[in-house]
Amino acid sequence: MYKLVTKEVLSDVSKKFEVEAPLVAKKAQPGQFIILRVDEQGERVPLTIADSDPERGTITIIFQEVGLTTKCLGQKEAGDYIADFVGPLGKPMEFPEEPGRVIAVGGGVGIAPVYPKVKGFHKAGMDVTSIIGARCKDLLILEDEMRAVSKELHVCTDDGSYGHHGFVSDILQKYLDDGEPIAEIIAVGPLPMMRAIVNQTRPYGVKTVVSLNPVMVDGTGMCGACRVTVGEETKFTCVDGPVFDGHQVDFDELVARSRMYLDQEKKALENCRCGGAK
Amino acid sequence: MAHDIKKKHPMEEQNPQERVKNFDEVPFGYDIDTAVAEAERCLDCKKAPCRQGCPVEVNIPAFIMSIKDRKFEESIAAMKADNSLPAICGRVCPQESQCESFCVRAKKGEPVGIGRLERFIADWQLKEGVEDPKLPEPTGKKVAVVGAGPAGLTCAGDLAKLGHDVTMYEAFHTPGGVLVYGIPEFRLPKEIVAKEVDYIQRLGVKLETNMVIGKTITVDELFEEHGFDAVFIGTGAGLPTFLGIPGENLLGVYSANEFLTRTNLMKAYRFPEFDTPIHVGKNVAVVGAGNVAMDSARTALRLGAENVYIVYRRSDKEMPARLEEIHHAEEEGVQFRLLTNPIGINGDDKGWVKGMECMQMRLCEPDESGRCRPEPIEDSNFVLDVDTVVVAVGQTPNPLVPQTTTGLKTGRKGTIDADEFGKTSREGVWAGGDIVTGAATVINAMGAGKMAAKNIDEYLKSK
Repeated sequence: MYKLVTKEVLSDVSKKFEVEAPLVAKKAQPGQFIILRVDEQGERVPLTIADSDPERGTITIIFQEVGLTTKCLGQKEAGDYIADFVGPLGKPMEFPEEPGRVIAVGGGVGIAPVYPKVKGFHKAGMDVTSIIGARCKDLLILEDEMRAVSKELHVCTDDGSYGHHGFVSDILQKYLDDGEPIAEIIAVGPLPMMRAIVNQTRPYGVKTVVSLNPVMVDGTGMCGACRVTVGEETKFTCVDGPVFDGHQVDFDELVARSRMYLDQEKKALENCRCGGAK
Repeated sequence: MAHDIKKKHPMEEQNPQERVKNFDEVPFGYDIDTAVAEAERCLDCKKAPCRQGCPVEVNIPAFIMSIKDRKFEESIAAMKADNSLPAICGRVCPQESQCESFCVRAKKGEPVGIGRLERFIADWQLKEGVEDPKLPEPTGKKVAVVGAGPAGLTCAGDLAKLGHDVTMYEAFHTPGGVLVYGIPEFRLPKEIVAKEVDYIQRLGVKLETNMVIGKTITVDELFEEHGFDAVFIGTGAGLPTFLGIPGENLLGVYSANEFLTRTNLMKAYRFPEFDTPIHVGKNVAVVGAGNVAMDSARTALRLGAENVYIVYRRSDKEMPARLEEIHHAEEEGVQFRLLTNPIGINGDDKGWVKGMECMQMRLCEPDESGRCRPEPIEDSNFVLDVDTVVVAVGQTPNPLVPQTTTGLKTGRKGTIDADEFGKTSREGVWAGGDIVTGAATVINAMGAGKMAAKNIDEYLKSK
């Protein structure tokens, strides 16, 4: 059993937990993820490692309550336990081969997986420009944390309730247009956002990496549920990723695969033992 | 009623129309009198040829003679001296090609039902309550066993019996490996696996679940930071193989590993009581004809599919599955499309499978290797009307341990190189089971675990 040490409600839909998992905390690198199971009847779901503290032996996870598992998890309180917590899984992030500006784009709860990477770049002494966005001000997470590790930070909201009124892509476009060399763009967020960003950067030939979060079961390369077409090849997100060259990813296929269990998920929420549908 | 001495005593089983609607075990096992009567068929041969057919060299005549004499405790003691997991072996070993194929009775009639007797005696003990094993004096040596599947469990059990301090590491939340994620409940109840794992733990073996060796802890760290004197790697088969045909990432295409893991380990057949979903359409194609394919096909029927096809590019003679499994699948209504090779999967506008394009094949003359190579028959393309495809054509070894362990030699396909004792290129590291041989059987993995345990013990004593 794994203890939830602290809980923070970031917004109506996002929550943050620190989980006691000393061995995972000792190893965790930016870019990696964990798999958890809330209880004995639970499913195995992957979540990005948002932060780790080897001294305290904790891993920070941030999640949006969308499906059954995240709803059940969100109802836990500090001091409660969850059944399983495995990791760190996946490959750690790589640093750009060329020095220069790095632009990090985070959308919605995707800011959580972007944060450890930006922190990693910052630690390595690189200058990072971060562009984060959410539907509205109340849904924006990790602004202070991102500001602390970014040279420049831009905030966007779809409804204009805070920062730039519009999409992260608007701000990104200015950097693409101004012609200063960009070593790498890292974009994490909902699939439509990542697809939009890679389509936007493709004509400029700027390397754009994305971090994927497809359906997974074991997370160690055994089941093949998380397969994704990258270039012409089938890759397993859990062992080959989760970070991939966004220009090579087949997003249409990925979007379809991510919707595979929508009907069942609805049914599961209706029958949810944690009262998640309420 | 008199029994024909040339024949095995039959084992009662659930009738096919009924069992296809549930996940309960298919055969019921022998009752005491039938087991004793079957044991009486054993000729108690001095040379006991049956033993050479057993990868763990169970003293078969000894355990059978004790059943004949109704000395069941003696029987199980004789069994457990060599095999810590008899309730599992009695159910999933391919006895017909191992012990039973060497039985002298098989020359004129059917061999002794060694597998059925093994299952009987193991079940008898599980029902009676297992006595706590007598533990030996501790040797003070620590061994890490990576993977709690058949190879790891056997190796761990044997090392514990020799007095070593053993810790078993498992990546999943439940021990058992393929016994819990792969083999369905109707063939091997998970309660049985849990009881046998419990026995291994009562031998003193410590179990750490949720530990991905190679990620959470590396093999190097097991030695340097955790103070182990030896490590056994039994991580099994890993990455599923796909066919490399168009449409393989459509919705409704599963690897057998995923299909079976969702159902068996995650209990998707009890969704929504359990949270893990699975999608099974009306018409399911399972590609491949090994035991895993049969398990997938029979599982698909139980999950409600109307038509389930085994699609295999060779003929019935080459099917690698156990005869009994093929027979059970046939009885339950699985349809066999042999000499049929899938060449593409078609999808609808929403990305779901709507058919599988296949070609008819013929077998040519055997080549130098003695194998018949299947050849496509021109213009024989047709579309099989299916909405779910399960690919059961094998796995390649999991790369996590080899990738993160220094000084460990691997073969071309990513298997770990090991000698006949399981010894690898790195001192203090042994490996066995599918990670060494590629996908094989439960009993072969157990044989490898046993051999390694013996060798590790010698190494530890000499250290």
